[in-house]
Amino acid sequence: MMTTELPGLYIHVPFCSSKCPYCDFYSLVASDELKDRYTDALIKNIILYNNQVGGAFSTVYFGGGTPSLLGSERLSSILNNVSRTPDCEVTVECNPSDLCKNWSFKDMEALVKAGANRISMGMQSAVDEERKALGRQADREQVKRAVELVKSAGIDNFSLDLMLGIPHQTIDSIKESIEFCAENGAKHVSSYLLKIEQGTPFEKVEKLLNLPDEDECCDMYLAACKCLEEHGYKQYEISNFAVPSYESRHNLIYWDCREYLGLGASAHSFIGGKRFYFERDINKFIEEAQPIQDGEGGSFEEYVMLRLRLNEGLQSDQVRARFGFDIPPEMLERARKFEKNGMAKVTETSISLTTEGFLVSNAIIANLLN
Amino acid sequence: MSVPKENIRNFSIIAHIDHGKSTLADRLLELTDSVAKRDMTAQLLDNMDLERERGITIKAHAVKLNYTAKDGQEYELNLIDTPGHVDFNYEVSRSLAACDGAVLIVDASQGIEAQTLANTYLALDHNLELVPVINKIDLPAADPERVAAEVEDIIGLDCSNAPRVSAKTGENVEQVLERIVQDVPAPTADENLPLRALIFDSIYDSYRGVIVYVRVMDGKIKAGDTMRMMATGAQFTVVEVGYMRATSLEPTDVLTAGEVGYITASIKTVSDARVGDTVTTAENPAAEPLPGYRKVNPMVFCGIYPADGADYESLRDALQKLQLNDAALSYEPETSGALGFGFRCGFLGLLHLEIIQERLEREYNLDLVTTVPSVIYKIHTSDGSILEIDNPTNYPDPAIITDCEEPMTNAHIYAPNDYVGAIMELCQDRRGTFKDMTYISSDRVDIHYELPLNEIIYDFFDTLKSRTRGYASFDYELAQYQPSKLVKLDVLLNGDVIDALSFIIHSDKAYGRARKIAEKLKDNIPRQMFEIPIQIAIGGKVIARETVKAMRKDVLAKCYGGDITRKKKLLEKQKEGKKRMRQFGTVEVPQEAFMAVLKLDDDN
Repeated sequence: MMTTELPGLYIHVPFCSSKCPYCDFYSLVASDELKDRYTDALIKNIILYNNQVGGAFSTVYFGGGTPSLLGSERLSSILNNVSRTPDCEVTVECNPSDLCKNWSFKDMEALVKAGANRISMGMQSAVDEERKALGRQADREQVKRAVELVKSAGIDNFSLDLMLGIPHQTIDSIKESIEFCAENGAKHVSSYLLKIEQGTPFEKVEKLLNLPDEDECCDMYLAACKCLEEHGYKQYEISNFAVPSYESRHNLIYWDCREYLGLGASAHSFIGGKRFYFERDINKFIEEAQPIQDGEGGSFEEYVMLRLRLNEGLQSDQVRARFGFDIPPEMLERARKFEKNGMAKVTETSISLTTEGFLVSNAIIANLLN
Repeated sequence: MSVPKENIRNFSIIAHIDHGKSTLADRLLELTDSVAKRDMTAQLLDNMDLERERGITIKAHAVKLNYTAKDGQEYELNLIDTPGHVDFNYEVSRSLAACDGAVLIVDASQGIEAQTLANTYLALDHNLELVPVINKIDLPAADPERVAAEVEDIIGLDCSNAPRVSAKTGENVEQVLERIVQDVPAPTADENLPLRALIFDSIYDSYRGVIVYVRVMDGKIKAGDTMRMMATGAQFTVVEVGYMRATSLEPTDVLTAGEVGYITASIKTVSDARVGDTVTTAENPAAEPLPGYRKVNPMVFCGIYPADGADYESLRDALQKLQLNDAALSYEPETSGALGFGFRCGFLGLLHLEIIQERLEREYNLDLVTTVPSVIYKIHTSDGSILEIDNPTNYPDPAIITDCEEPMTNAHIYAPNDYVGAIMELCQDRRGTFKDMTYISSDRVDIHYELPLNEIIYDFFDTLKSRTRGYASFDYELAQYQPSKLVKLDVLLNGDVIDALSFIIHSDKAYGRARKIAEKLKDNIPRQMFEIPIQIAIGGKVIARETVKAMRKDVLAKCYGGDITRKKKLLEKQKEGKKRMRQFGTVEVPQEAFMAVLKLDDDN
């Protein structure tokens, strides 16, 4: 499928100062020397892409890991090699504790100068007891200072992450965290339910964590959605909420099944109709490893699976523009079953899930795709 | 090749399960050089995988052994191996009828068990000379003298000359051969009479058709004769006759009275050569058939459905093939609203059912769903007719039922007397009527109960084993029908009756069973998008209910950094899971839920 849309660029920074016990993203503790070599490898890949394909990126997203651990200078030098559209959204994920300890105002100012205009911070919770249980280093005051640093450098478009269903959490403490986000001027909140991943320390001690059960998790999620709404954060995806017009344009690329280039160890790409990824191995990436092909992308199934994560859901005109047909009538028919119990909203030309529906989106999507 | 009639010995080996029948057979084959060493495998005669694994003999086998005895004479020993399970009692009786003697093996540590006695009585019914053998003397717990005394006391067999052997190590096994030669009488046979040959087994061979195993009682038979089955009337031209060797068939010119051998005649199905039928010739027919033939009828029925509807044809082909070799297996097509197209199958008993099911799954690679087994109930209706019901689907409207009858069994349980309490509790719970109890030794008892057959087919044997730590043995025979209060239980999911889960049960047990089924279903049906009421009902009356709560949350995979592979995998898994589900109206039920209901027993 031909697209005139400009792709997004994702850059994975697999460094962390310590590994959180619930996280299974690819990351490791690294020396300055390794960071330099990795930065060089990223830049080399960017140049390679420019030479082969060219054009500008409409969004850039530094994810991790902890991109802020690369430091302002390395991040800036990478950005300087990326050709961007004039209104390019450039997000850098930052760790609040890292910002407090290692970043000066000048560092942040330099990063902004290099093009960064959006910061996403892994707060997870504004309640210290909960943050501690997750192995997060910063306390509430440090998070606050990190937010001040970001704002003082002129960035008002910043996001805070919240985690739901974590040890010690209650619906009241979730509200407290949301109030913290609002009070401190966050424009965007990502709110994920904790999932115990295989091979993480949390998996081994799951029984001891005293985690909320399925029903409590659902209640927490629904309460969070409601409370975020009340504080002006409109839900636009299963786990994402924003003050209107502050939605993450980069993440919308994924959910709209559009194309992006992913660079760095373990980064995934969808370019030219093909999906591919780099292995979870930083040395292989530095040694110019070729990405691993992951088949065709952009099928109708994929599109449905991704679009139904969005509040907007599936829209017939968009489906028609992409695939040349409307939402199949049998799919609308199946979706109506879910409308009956309040899981979906269905019209003649659209299907979208409600917050209750989001909670069981796998089952619904599997059913719709039959 | 042939020896004089006086030097023929036709015998079988009888024993309780696991007392070493097949291992002794192996040793006899070796001692008589019947098998080349390289062809020798353990339990050679049990050549089905399933037989070796379960340690049971399912089909009868026969083999001719040549033995030069200590008296210097050449003997022809025909070993007819019998199936060792109550389900196959009729087959056993026919095999024994083909013999003149039987080697009775008793385990030197366990002593007499249920099937030791059951088989002994069967053998005595056929006037067989019994040759007692005490086996497993190599075991540390072996006490051959005590067991010999037990055999003398209980069966009344003189054990002073009984070989004490270890079939496993081969110790003293040649004594068994000597005892067979000396104690088992030669066949009394007159080859000038019209042919009468007893069919004790038949197997299907895709090249030759059915191979009929016979013991020639009178007369003789050769290729070219027209053989006639006296019960079915079927006639065929004999293609070949011969002897069964351990690993092959050995053709010969003629089989004469007293001999054991095979006949091939391009017979298409085993139902034309039924076990127990008498073969005679059309040219010179016998006046009377040999006694004892009956057509075996299935006693236990259940529905067998392919897990994947697309496998229906394969299931039919597989059943057809199994039936070629197993005249006792019956099947006819049936349709279930819940399970789609399948077959109502009839079996001799629960073991027979399990064997067929396992062979279908293993040898034909089929994924099956089976329904709760049922026996044949006799239902008297207000218009005076009697319906024979083996399928809950056909159970009539209770309003027109006047009386019900169910089949009973005479059951014998042998166990150490420590377990009498546990056994009686179990039998009482299974609606048994105590008949009597006798001591077979100072610490072992024979408990005799009358038990309804439908209580035996629900996990009775497994429960018995677990309550007696495996020490009890069990044997039963069918008895009469008896009036009974029966009801049909229906299972409703989300208000719809799931026909495949319905079953017939005694009314006293309906409530307890209903509660357990509801619980089991609740545990085995995953939460779905809607709340699912589970109801168990008799007619319109709900007697147990549970609810599967609606699912509220599934796994929310992040699509972080554009990595959508995880999400895709989840979705694939979800779809894969759906395939293993049966759709009932709006409710999806995994196969495990059916299994759980089938495996419902009293101990959990």
